[in-house]
Amino acid sequence: MSAKTLFDKIWDKHVVHSVEDGPQVLYIDRHFIHEVTSPQAFSGLKERGIPVFRPEQTIATADHNVPTENQHLPIKDALSRHQVETLIKNCEEFGVELYGLGHPYQGIVHVIGPELGITQPGMTIVCGDSHTSTHGAFGNIAFGIGTSEVEQVMATQCVLQKKPKTLKIQVDGKLNPGVVSKDIVLHIIAKLTAAGGTGHFIEFCGSTIESLSMEARMTICNMSIEMGARGGLIAPDETTFEYLKSKPFAPKGEKWNKKVEEWKALKSDPNAQFDLEYHFKAEDIEPMITYGTNPGMGIGITKDIPLPNGKTASGLEKSLKYMDLEGGKQLLGHHVDYVFIGSCTNSRIEDLRLVAELVKGKKKADHVHAMIVPGSRQVEKQARAEGLDKILEAAGFELRQPGCSACLGMNEDKVPKGKYCVSTSNRNFEGRQGQGARTLLASPLTAAAAALSGKISDVRELMKVEA
Amino acid sequence: MEKFNTLNSQAVLLPFEDVDTDQIIPARFLKSVSREGFDENLFRDWRYLEDGSPDPEFVLNQEANKGDVLVAGRNFGCGSSREHAAWALVDYGFKAVVSSFFADIFKNNALNNGLLPVQVTDDFLAQVFEILKKKPEAKLQIDLQNQEISLVGFSLTENFEINSYKKYCLQNGFDDIDFLLNKKNEIEAYEQSLA
Repeated sequence: MSAKTLFDKIWDKHVVHSVEDGPQVLYIDRHFIHEVTSPQAFSGLKERGIPVFRPEQTIATADHNVPTENQHLPIKDALSRHQVETLIKNCEEFGVELYGLGHPYQGIVHVIGPELGITQPGMTIVCGDSHTSTHGAFGNIAFGIGTSEVEQVMATQCVLQKKPKTLKIQVDGKLNPGVVSKDIVLHIIAKLTAAGGTGHFIEFCGSTIESLSMEARMTICNMSIEMGARGGLIAPDETTFEYLKSKPFAPKGEKWNKKVEEWKALKSDPNAQFDLEYHFKAEDIEPMITYGTNPGMGIGITKDIPLPNGKTASGLEKSLKYMDLEGGKQLLGHHVDYVFIGSCTNSRIEDLRLVAELVKGKKKADHVHAMIVPGSRQVEKQARAEGLDKILEAAGFELRQPGCSACLGMNEDKVPKGKYCVSTSNRNFEGRQGQGARTLLASPLTAAAAALSGKISDVRELMKVEA
Repeated sequence: MEKFNTLNSQAVLLPFEDVDTDQIIPARFLKSVSREGFDENLFRDWRYLEDGSPDPEFVLNQEANKGDVLVAGRNFGCGSSREHAAWALVDYGFKAVVSSFFADIFKNNALNNGLLPVQVTDDFLAQVFEILKKKPEAKLQIDLQNQEISLVGFSLTENFEINSYKKYCLQNGFDDIDFLLNKKNEIEAYEQSLA
């Protein structure tokens, strides 16, 4: 038998049927749903008069629309409230487990799946959300789908998909101080562009990736979609097993041992061929920041913003106009109005710890509005247990309640028009954080540094002072 | 789902690359629990000025640019998986989108709603933009059966790819759920083979 990639192994094992010159019927092990992309799918089932086929493999939470303060009170926005209430009703009617507002497991769908141990190696996982790629950090095939596909999965536990091509991204070497996983992925996207991975499924590998914690791996897989890829995975290893071991829904006892043995076999064969390959060196990566309106428009923090080349189609000119930034100039020193630390990219306990460590005993700049939104109730609880909330609050950062929040501004957490926000989220599209808002994507460290100084800063300078 | 066969229409030009689904339909308009009514907010922040009046600079507000086909720059539909983007385009009346590259999830969502994504070469796209800028009244003809797109009255024709399963679905207005529901026995057999 020919050598296979890990992606091929997992995919092929889940194929129920292949349509001639068409897609394949792919069996789905876990289906996560949330309030925004599920209501129309439930309506579809009702119209057809059919149930959710495998409700026990379906997990729901409310995250996109929820307020991040006073979650015990009714949601003020009538449309948001209706959407969240619709999810509650649908889950009751169709027998789907819901970790809704007030539940100790509630949080951003891509944070709770892994931290509860629902996300496991070797699985196929889908959700009506493009950042489903996050779960791939555990060595599984996880990808975002549209609402018609959500309905397919609800109805049959399968989805019709064309098998993507494979793309290997290898990163080797030791990271420079002040450089974290968000910088790695922003660096990769800047090189490959926002469409560089389209039609492909990524396997991230190499010594740098292997050295990362699960939280850091999730940040990288999360942003696979920002280079257009269907998803991104990382072969499971001891770090993966160690993380999962104590999680509520992880297998226990003898079952655990058996599973770990199975999971250990989940890796690409040594001679497996990928359709595309890229190699990066960790030492070439510096803290990253974006200047434009797609995540591929990123630079090392000390570099100049590129100059438009006169080609109007390139979009750079349009982006810089929207951002009110000038090509050929540095971003360092540019003023900052908002700092958002949160989203399915960077809202896990490790992210909060990084920020707390950096801002401990310091104060944010007076003019900066600094918001920290934990990814889940579990993360919030852990942060409070470790006293991070006290450190953050003393530094002027507001620790809010979990949700997607200012990543996409569906609730009231928005960045006002024309304001600059250094954000740990995943998208700097026009208006993403609020109409006219100007988003600069960066790591939690770079975001925290911007909050302290009130301007775009090189976190390494701040760390030098301390050393 | 409406059936798709041949389309002969003027086009609306959106000559930007990387048009993301947040531009097609901003997140604040995703709060509906139904599939309808998204056309009002299609390209909302490009289409309307701050006071809510239509921006005369934006293509959808220009009389000369009407039609059932949207022609857009490379990497159309990137970003969020929101199917609301496809719903908004269909609600507005678009039946096909032409670009030199589509984001994967958007492409699936479009096909699942009878909206045909026609992927052409960069060169073909550039020529279409150039000619239609000068002659907005010219029509694009999209022939699904022959997988052919041409600019009527100009010697500009290209073939496009679509797998035969999806082509059949579009031509007959079938959707994937019907297909999958017919596979229930196979799906259950697959589940049992794992147990």
